[in-house]
Amino acid sequence: MDASSLFSSLDLVCGNGLSLSSEQRAALQTSMIILKSHYRFNRVLLWGKILGIKHDYFIAQGVGEDEIKDKKCLYSMNCMDWHLLPQVTEAMVANVAAVAKGRFLGDPSHQYDPAEIRRQGGGDAAVGENVMMKVSEENRLAATVFTIDKEVAVVPRGAYIRSPHGNVQTNPSFQGLNPTEAAKLNNYMHFSEAKTLKKKSILEMADLNPAIDFLDVLSDDVLKGSWSLQFEHGSKVCVIRSLLWFGLTFYHVPGTSQHGYIYMGDGLKTLDLPFML
Amino acid sequence: MERSVESRDDQRRQTAVCFKAFLLKKSTKTNLNLYDHLVRLLIRVMNERPENAVDVIEDLSHEVKRSMLQEKQSTLKDAPDATSAELLAEQQRALFSRGDEGAHDEIETPLPNVTELTYFLEQIGVGLGREEMQRILLALKQLVDMQPLERCRFWGKILGIEGNYIVAEVEVRDGEDEEEEEVETMHAKEKEGEAQEEDELDPFPKSSFKPPTTIPKEPRRSGTNKFTYFVCREPGLPWVRLPDVTPAQITVARKIRKLFTGRLDAPIVSYPPFPGNEANYLRAQIARISAGTQVSPLGFYQFREEEGEEEEEGARDSVEENPDFEGMPMQEMAESLSAWVHHIQHILLQGRCAWVNLAEKTEDLLEEDMDEEEKEEEPDEPEPEVGPPLLTPLSEDAEVNNTIPWSTRISSNLISQYAIAFVRSNLWPGAYAYVCGKKFENIYIGWGLKFLGEGFNPALPPSPQPEYPSGPEITEEIDPSVQEEEALREAQEEKEAALEGNDALEAEDEEEEEEGEEDDEEN
Repeated sequence: MDASSLFSSLDLVCGNGLSLSSEQRAALQTSMIILKSHYRFNRVLLWGKILGIKHDYFIAQGVGEDEIKDKKCLYSMNCMDWHLLPQVTEAMVANVAAVAKGRFLGDPSHQYDPAEIRRQGGGDAAVGENVMMKVSEENRLAATVFTIDKEVAVVPRGAYIRSPHGNVQTNPSFQGLNPTEAAKLNNYMHFSEAKTLKKKSILEMADLNPAIDFLDVLSDDVLKGSWSLQFEHGSKVCVIRSLLWFGLTFYHVPGTSQHGYIYMGDGLKTLDLPFML
Repeated sequence: MERSVESRDDQRRQTAVCFKAFLLKKSTKTNLNLYDHLVRLLIRVMNERPENAVDVIEDLSHEVKRSMLQEKQSTLKDAPDATSAELLAEQQRALFSRGDEGAHDEIETPLPNVTELTYFLEQIGVGLGREEMQRILLALKQLVDMQPLERCRFWGKILGIEGNYIVAEVEVRDGEDEEEEEVETMHAKEKEGEAQEEDELDPFPKSSFKPPTTIPKEPRRSGTNKFTYFVCREPGLPWVRLPDVTPAQITVARKIRKLFTGRLDAPIVSYPPFPGNEANYLRAQIARISAGTQVSPLGFYQFREEEGEEEEEGARDSVEENPDFEGMPMQEMAESLSAWVHHIQHILLQGRCAWVNLAEKTEDLLEEDMDEEEKEEEPDEPEPEVGPPLLTPLSEDAEVNNTIPWSTRISSNLISQYAIAFVRSNLWPGAYAYVCGKKFENIYIGWGLKFLGEGFNPALPPSPQPEYPSGPEITEEIDPSVQEEEALREAQEEKEAALEGNDALEAEDEEEEEEGEEDDEEN
């Protein structure tokens, strides 16, 4: 969610109960301007908040030239001092998934020890065989933010364009979806590198505009029904919540270019979702 | 020279005119021409002066064309259907109408102070947004005006896939809510009567299966049914009263993991099968959440002192506000969990707050049909379940999968003298309680699901009942080989041969005996 419009849009996404306190809002307003100038970002986004048992993490994202590839994530415990999160690799995500379990603690230097899990799990000897390293909570945080962005970041169709050079930029002439379009899930897209787009048939591709349809559509997700689309605030604001990652809320005011998403939750994926629908 | 310059100018003019004629040529498809289009486009650029105009010129061009198409549409348009936003706005309008003020001024209303709640929740970073809370307050006012309520509280909000529930916790005034229950029992009796009639007409073979005795529902105003709950989907829409919860619903709700859809009449498809629809499931989850997360600062409530002083401590099931409560220092509330206590009774494994001895019940039933069956052995007296007593501190709550059940926080680290302390439940994500001086409040905003800490293991169906005892005569065996058959036949032949030998001997003996008998008869 763009830091400049944060304070008007925060009320639109707090339908799931979590918000920011006045002190945090005030602190963010100050610190994110400093952040933007220090790191020379084009835009700063407030990505969200991950609840820990002892402390909470606040996550910000700085965007450079390319809106998808050129992103940097930072975290803070007090909304004031920001620290860069480590670069995420596939191996790191896999390791974190295997080692780090349970809730976040709120201590970035906490080490998740694979030996401890092996001791508790007992039966999971096969998993324990793999070479696993200790994972610090900072790495886990980086991997979680990366995964959430990859799996459930949402933008409305047409809000971003890909230039002929391949750069993804905001679309200045995006005027919002109309209310009928906004009620349909196929007008919202994953804001990450497309995966299923290439597998589409030529017939389906014919309708797509290469400048704006370069992302995967939400309605093509494999687990059908993993999104909850509702109109809130007197049916004026379209709110999409991910059921796969409880806490991810996307809002779009139909007819305007206002849109954004924020994650406020405990940073755990709902692995039980197939049972719950 | 001049002539040649003039002629060149003429030529240029000629070319320009030709090109303009080309630009003015109308498209055979759309009846537009490029010249007019460019004029419109440039006028638009001049009017709007967009930044980096060259980058967006294609889009502008598109839009100009599109706007032309709109103008061409007939002036006779269909009246657009009312959008959902308009319909909702019409319904919410009633919230903002001032009722007859004078009549309500004197009576003390049970309306909760949601404005204050909003203020405190905002401090701790929780809430639904100010306008939404204001709408909820107005909706609660509507509820209070319509129903005879003793107490009313904004319990929280439960999110669903298609819609959300706003939940109000109320106590209905004495004597006003009995009618409904009677009606229900009447219905039940009627149904039984019908069933019996059908049986007489066409008797079915009776199953020997005896369902386990159902645990009786707790009466209103006690245990899990202490409060009544009303829900509505959006402020302004009608409030719906949730049915009372039964122990069976609570026990099943503990075993399943389902999201709410937002429709109260939606069926719950699950295993083990849930007795009821979403309204019952919602009520069961509300009961579980209340029991797990309704907390208050130590000393705010005290046990109600009744005449029956000899009662044991565990049997105390009601609390009242302590008039001498002075408030706890904020630091203490924010640091130790033992400063917080539960004020709602723990729900036992049985699905009730007060334990009921089922063995006694079954005995009564047995006595009725004693003639049919021999009396079974006295069932062992089951151990009564005892939960933690009321006003147990949070520090004694059980951990789930190495996650401590509560996190304590403080609303501000910078100015701690005015900060308020709050706790967040880790078992029921979305449950909060804050305290500020003498004031405290609980709220739940979430999906209505408990934190498990590990993957959910659905209950497995019981193993199928064996149809008949498994023995050697019905188990499959490997076919014998030729050699084995030969061996068997040889063995059988030998046996037969031996038997024949025996038979021959026996036959001779018999003949002799018969002869002897004949002799006796003759004599």
